[in-house]
Amino acid sequence: MSAVVVSARSAATLQHGSSARRIGAMMLRYWYLLRSSWPRLLDLVYWPAVQMITWGFVQYYVANNAGFFARAGGTFIGAVLLWDILFRGQLGFSISFLEEMWSRNIGNLMMSPLRPLEFIAALMVMSVVRLSIGAVPVSFLAIAFFGFNLYGLGFALVAFFLNLMLTSWAVGIFISGLLLRNGMGAENFAWSIMFVLMPLACVYYPVTTLPTWLQPVAWALPPTYVFEGMRALLIEHTFHAGLMLHALALNAVLLAAGTAGFLLLLASARRHGTLMQTGE
Amino acid sequence: MHTPPAAIAVERLVKVYKNIPAVDGISFTLAPGSITGLLGGNGAGKTTTIATIMGLITPTSGRVTVLGAEMPRERYRVLQRMNFESPYVEVPMRLTVRQNMTVFGMLYGVENLKARIAELGRELDLTALLDRPTGKLSAGQKTRVSLAKALINSPDVLLLDEPTASLDPDTADWVRAHLQRYCRERHATVLLASHNMAEVERLCERVIIMKRGGIEDDDTPAKLLARYARRTLEEVFIDVARGTVEAREVAQ
Repeated sequence: MSAVVVSARSAATLQHGSSARRIGAMMLRYWYLLRSSWPRLLDLVYWPAVQMITWGFVQYYVANNAGFFARAGGTFIGAVLLWDILFRGQLGFSISFLEEMWSRNIGNLMMSPLRPLEFIAALMVMSVVRLSIGAVPVSFLAIAFFGFNLYGLGFALVAFFLNLMLTSWAVGIFISGLLLRNGMGAENFAWSIMFVLMPLACVYYPVTTLPTWLQPVAWALPPTYVFEGMRALLIEHTFHAGLMLHALALNAVLLAAGTAGFLLLLASARRHGTLMQTGE
Repeated sequence: MHTPPAAIAVERLVKVYKNIPAVDGISFTLAPGSITGLLGGNGAGKTTTIATIMGLITPTSGRVTVLGAEMPRERYRVLQRMNFESPYVEVPMRLTVRQNMTVFGMLYGVENLKARIAELGRELDLTALLDRPTGKLSAGQKTRVSLAKALINSPDVLLLDEPTASLDPDTADWVRAHLQRYCRERHATVLLASHNMAEVERLCERVIIMKRGGIEDDDTPAKLLARYARRTLEEVFIDVARGTVEAREVAQ
């Protein structure tokens, strides 16, 4: 589409149809924010580091006292690092969104040409950026402290990472919709929802540990396949591609449901006039 | 004679929240290049009307079109040519003025953005503040930043909700003068919600007075003053808000 050229003195020339530029604008906005605040940067690193060190020592102790765990080397630290990808991925997405609520900027964005799906795309990219700032240094700490090399998982790590990120985005997208519709009253979900998944996704133990009636629920969650896959890789040295494909299929459903939920909640927010009142 | 299409057309607009009508069947059209004041007490429906025009609120019934696009259904056709300023929203405080202008300029698809930011900096006396965090500025300076954000895309339609609230008289006067100049040069359509009657008298060629979600009166400031036999719009506003005129007419 051609540019709209305005006639008056000191008028801006506008270009149309630049979705990538709008997504870039939002990424730039979050990058400016991260760059301007060292506590925000520190926050990305310190908790994953504390988690990894704590569980690393637990594993060190158990491995020296139990034959099975000696064979299961790295499963705890591996679980901690992969859990952090899932948890931090969702949190990175949700915090970027919350930054707009805290700064009362949602109205500006919703009344700008930024489309909801472009907004979501920018939040997805920023969740990867935020996660990388936190997880990459911690993964090197795991090598230095406990000799656990996450990158040694090779292609499997790519499959694990992709599936965990897809789940974290699906949950983050839905939570953002809840925040638009219900305001800051829904903020706690952003911080805590992943902990509901934690016992069911069998992060630190096999699915068979759960009662039989609860196991189908666990298998309905994509992260379960990732953690089972990780344990199989570390204990049996076998990569189960089928588990990853199952997770991918479930993630496709979850992502579609999360996006549909977001759009429905956004439409509801427009009906109820809550986009202007993003406080409590 | 050919009548130019309305910049904003509101037809029988109704917005109901939980059985309470916030806006109750209002209709008006704004001609391109006009400056119109939207007056009314708290809860009269001004902000709901403006938010509906921006596409932030879906009407319960009725129709709103802006530059020929139906809101909110076709909003992406025209949002690039609109902008707004409201006390309900702020630009991010941790970002510098230049960073905020860059982000919003990109969102609105402004070309030659650096030049545009420099130009707005000069026009709004923000040049020296461009690299300071927005949150560290005074209230008056922040208002000028909000105005710069509202003008970044040189909008054809500008919606302003209390643009000079909490400003000292000098800064408020400066903002009004700038808005007036912008509208004259750009031939932009402005809808201005305000509680400042002097501001409305100075800027607006037409005034719409809302009360309890409906339009109570709609005319030029001069005709309103004549009709209510008052010297200021503030007196007219009080008459309408308290229903004094109706009471007097009933008594007569």
